Amino acid sequence: MGVEGIGASVLRKEDRRFTTGKGRYVDDIKLVGMTHAQFVRSPHGHARVKSIDASAAEKMPGVVAVLTGQQIVDDKVGNLICGWAITSKDGSPMKMGAWPAMAPEIVRFVGQAVAVVIAETKNQARDAAEAVVVEYEELPAVTNVKAAIASGAPQLHPEAPGNVVYDWALGDEAATNDAFSKAANVVKLDLVNNRLAPNAMEPRAAIAQYDEAEEHFTLYTTSQNPHVARLVLSAFYNIAPEHKLRVIAPDVGGGFGSKIFIYPEEMVTLWASKKVNRPVKWTGDRTEAFLTDAHGRDHVSHAEMAFDKDNKILGLRVKTYANFGAYMSLFSSSVPTYLYATLLSGQYNIPAIYAEVMGVYTNTSPVDAYRGAGRPEASYLLERLMETAARQLKVDPAELRSKNFIREFPHQTPVIMAYDTGDFQASLDAAMKSIDYAGFPARKAKAKAEGKLRGIGLSCYIEACGIAPSKAVGSLGAGVGLWESAEIRVNPVGTIEVLTGSHSHGQGHETTFCQLVAERLGVPVSQVSIVHGDTDKVQFGMGTYGSRSLAVGGSAIVKALEKVEAKAKKIAAHQLEASESDIVIENGEFKVTGTDKSIALPMVALAAYTAHNLPDGMEPGLKESAFYDPSNFTFPAGTYICEIEVDPGTGKTEFVNFVAADDFGRLINPMIVEGQVHGGLTQGIGQALLESAVYDGNGQLITASFMDYAMPRADDVPSYKLQHTTTLCPGNPLGVKGCGEAGAIGASAAVINAITDAIGNNKLDMPATPDRVWHAIQASA
Amino acid sequence: MYETHYHRASSIDDAVAQFGKGSEAKFLAGGQTLLPVMKQRLAAPSDVIDIARIPAMIGIEVSGDAVTIKAATTHYDVNTSADVQKAIPALAQLAGMIGDPAVRYRGTIGGSLANNDPAADYPAAVLALGATVKTNKRSIAADDFFKGLFATALEDGEIITAVSFPIPAKAGYAKFRHPASRFALTGVFVAQTKGGEVRVAATGASQNGVMRVAAIEQALKTNWSAGALDGIKLPADGLMTDLHGSADYRANLIKVMTQRAVANAG
Repeated sequence: MGVEGIGASVLRKEDRRFTTGKGRYVDDIKLVGMTHAQFVRSPHGHARVKSIDASAAEKMPGVVAVLTGQQIVDDKVGNLICGWAITSKDGSPMKMGAWPAMAPEIVRFVGQAVAVVIAETKNQARDAAEAVVVEYEELPAVTNVKAAIASGAPQLHPEAPGNVVYDWALGDEAATNDAFSKAANVVKLDLVNNRLAPNAMEPRAAIAQYDEAEEHFTLYTTSQNPHVARLVLSAFYNIAPEHKLRVIAPDVGGGFGSKIFIYPEEMVTLWASKKVNRPVKWTGDRTEAFLTDAHGRDHVSHAEMAFDKDNKILGLRVKTYANFGAYMSLFSSSVPTYLYATLLSGQYNIPAIYAEVMGVYTNTSPVDAYRGAGRPEASYLLERLMETAARQLKVDPAELRSKNFIREFPHQTPVIMAYDTGDFQASLDAAMKSIDYAGFPARKAKAKAEGKLRGIGLSCYIEACGIAPSKAVGSLGAGVGLWESAEIRVNPVGTIEVLTGSHSHGQGHETTFCQLVAERLGVPVSQVSIVHGDTDKVQFGMGTYGSRSLAVGGSAIVKALEKVEAKAKKIAAHQLEASESDIVIENGEFKVTGTDKSIALPMVALAAYTAHNLPDGMEPGLKESAFYDPSNFTFPAGTYICEIEVDPGTGKTEFVNFVAADDFGRLINPMIVEGQVHGGLTQGIGQALLESAVYDGNGQLITASFMDYAMPRADDVPSYKLQHTTTLCPGNPLGVKGCGEAGAIGASAAVINAITDAIGNNKLDMPATPDRVWHAIQASA
Repeated sequence: MYETHYHRASSIDDAVAQFGKGSEAKFLAGGQTLLPVMKQRLAAPSDVIDIARIPAMIGIEVSGDAVTIKAATTHYDVNTSADVQKAIPALAQLAGMIGDPAVRYRGTIGGSLANNDPAADYPAAVLALGATVKTNKRSIAADDFFKGLFATALEDGEIITAVSFPIPAKAGYAKFRHPASRFALTGVFVAQTKGGEVRVAATGASQNGVMRVAAIEQALKTNWSAGALDGIKLPADGLMTDLHGSADYRANLIKVMTQRAVANAG
């Protein structure tokens, strides 16, 4: 409805403050009497803390306190938790070692905190932290997932023998074996899904304030889900009960999953604020971000696919080793299991699937959800396997995919997911047309004549997002429900505040959510404010991750708007002396249909709050709330096709074209959706060509700065051509699917498939650096 | 950053005097290496002597047979100098390929050479063009200046004041950028002097910093063309291996970048 409703590319309301430097991030906040924290961190991948001597540091200028891991244990602050219980295939629960917020005895990754210095200034805290003398006894370390499960490997946690957290399986092993026994052809592939450092633009930060009079804490933190942070800090870490803890996540500069989790530093800051009875601020620097933000991916997999003589898929068998790092982060256990193996059916009709996943401890930073979380790993594996199959079976890769597409919905896969809707052929066709797939052989020949190796690669991804039905995830081991909440406050003069449990850290909620109100009530978006990120202002909510804000959070807003509309219509009908069923909303006016009688929303609101003339028995006020729990995941899907040229002299890949055809259901703000796709694709390309977090055997992170860790820059990525095909999601009132992660899920396979096509060598892992591609060319020559 | 004392030198003599007073003084030119390292607390000079604003240290002079660039001249000024573009176009191009615009507005030729980062661009030009590095004490030939990773012939407290490049008959530079840092993963500067000598210098490749490549020099002396190198396979001995490039890859890059530098030479 109107120029600002659903489907309008309304400019982002929040961008004025962001682009003029007026955003308010945690580090911008200064409190009276605020002190500064600096952590003393382990330089070793694995070591025993023999002693900590803080006597010199304590005497240094400005030092307020030096606190150690033993003190946090003595104060009975709880260990960090993992919120999703996974059961191994032998029926045993997952095996977790304890993770204290600061290590009292054993450090298990470089960067793990052993002590914290609180001082009047950040520089004084830094100076004193260097003067804390920690005596370590180095222990042997292991960083590679296969090495960690080998006999004789260094052991990280006594609770997890052999460094195995779990050995989990999904699917029907016997049926899958049977499918392979009947196969005409079997395609096999070994893959590494490279470890990534999230690198949000804003590093993590926290300010904790303790109010002794009220025994109340306030925590400002860089969180994607402040209510969940409060819940976990209260329920598990014994720092404060929920009603004595306010968590505020103000403007947050990117999360990509890494700011879902409750980290040691935020806990310590909160705990320390009471210890020193002063506000304590900690702002991580980029090195701390590299060392301690939860990393993503890091799988080693073997996959096999069985085909019948007509190239129909009979079965899929996957064995994956997932590197969890040194500790189990908040949602880590779910990522390589229920967010990964459940997507292994892709867009294809696969009668039998069996996947085994072994989760393994290593002396590296903890690994958890990072944009896509499990689904990029699944999509990459499956789409490289399909491309490999097409080459081995000597059929066109688009044709092989098309032949195996799921075409009837709903579709129950053999790996839990029930796809509700989709049209995979439509997105494949749109992408092929956009890139002129048919004309590729001629372009390849022309490039060859010019000394370049040209390749084309497809990726037909599907993902499950809009996470998630609470009952379903509960049955799979989740410790929380994954609904969302909303409250609509129509103020007495008709302006509107939307309180949402979703949290915006770059996604544009302050615009998109306003458009939902504009659509429903016909008011301009300038009359609407989105309130989020403060547990004292907003009712309990679950936060933003898993491309859920619109499908779940937006649906909660719609549900609350329905209630507001219903009450407002009653009031309008009463005021206009008309029947409630005759009231329609047009451009912010409540009209009696077929007449010229109307009342504007502000007057309805005023009537609600003056309460001088309301229907009998009606409560005053115009404020409604809703909790929305989805009935299913949503399933965005699409086809990405990438055309590249490799310089055979250097192995460098240049993009010729990149086409993305996505089905996200209904688009609320197409401009914001395109921005999300651009960002996702860029992260997927970053993983494919540039990014890799690499540890040496002793646990030192070799890529701990941007000098070695290659983030994609503008000139590393092409101008994307975007297409949208649409099947409306039947599972939520908006028909939307979620678009935040798709690009990161689907892009990497398209890129690698294009490069391997160009160079004629399928043995290539990400990141496909020029060095690796050049070597692959030499190997195939 | 640790506490330090900042001095803005008014002249080269003043800079030398200030340097002598500090217990662990450092000269600061464009600061593109020193300041990040100080911010990371990896360097803790007692005194920082800023020599980037000394008037005698800034400017470009071109004579009939040489281009002299004073040490505190920025990469931006070299890149955009019509005189340099005309006399040694490859040198102007090289300056425009260093870092990003922010780096080029601040970074200086003297600072780059004194630091001698093994992947910096300028050392390749200085070595290939047979330039002379002039200091407040003496003149040092390029072949004698570079002494390995971050090491030069400069003595403690010695200041580069200018670099004098003989104008070659032909010169070219080609650089393959490190994917993360955008320094040279390998860069090659080729030059043919007016006397017919061929000098080729590679940066980013060797474990010992910038180096001349004799095998390529010989091939190009016989036949100044990219095709002259087709049959050459350079040994990987002594070349660097890291995450972004193995020694054999770098050996290949030396050859390929040389071919591209020759093809683009002007």
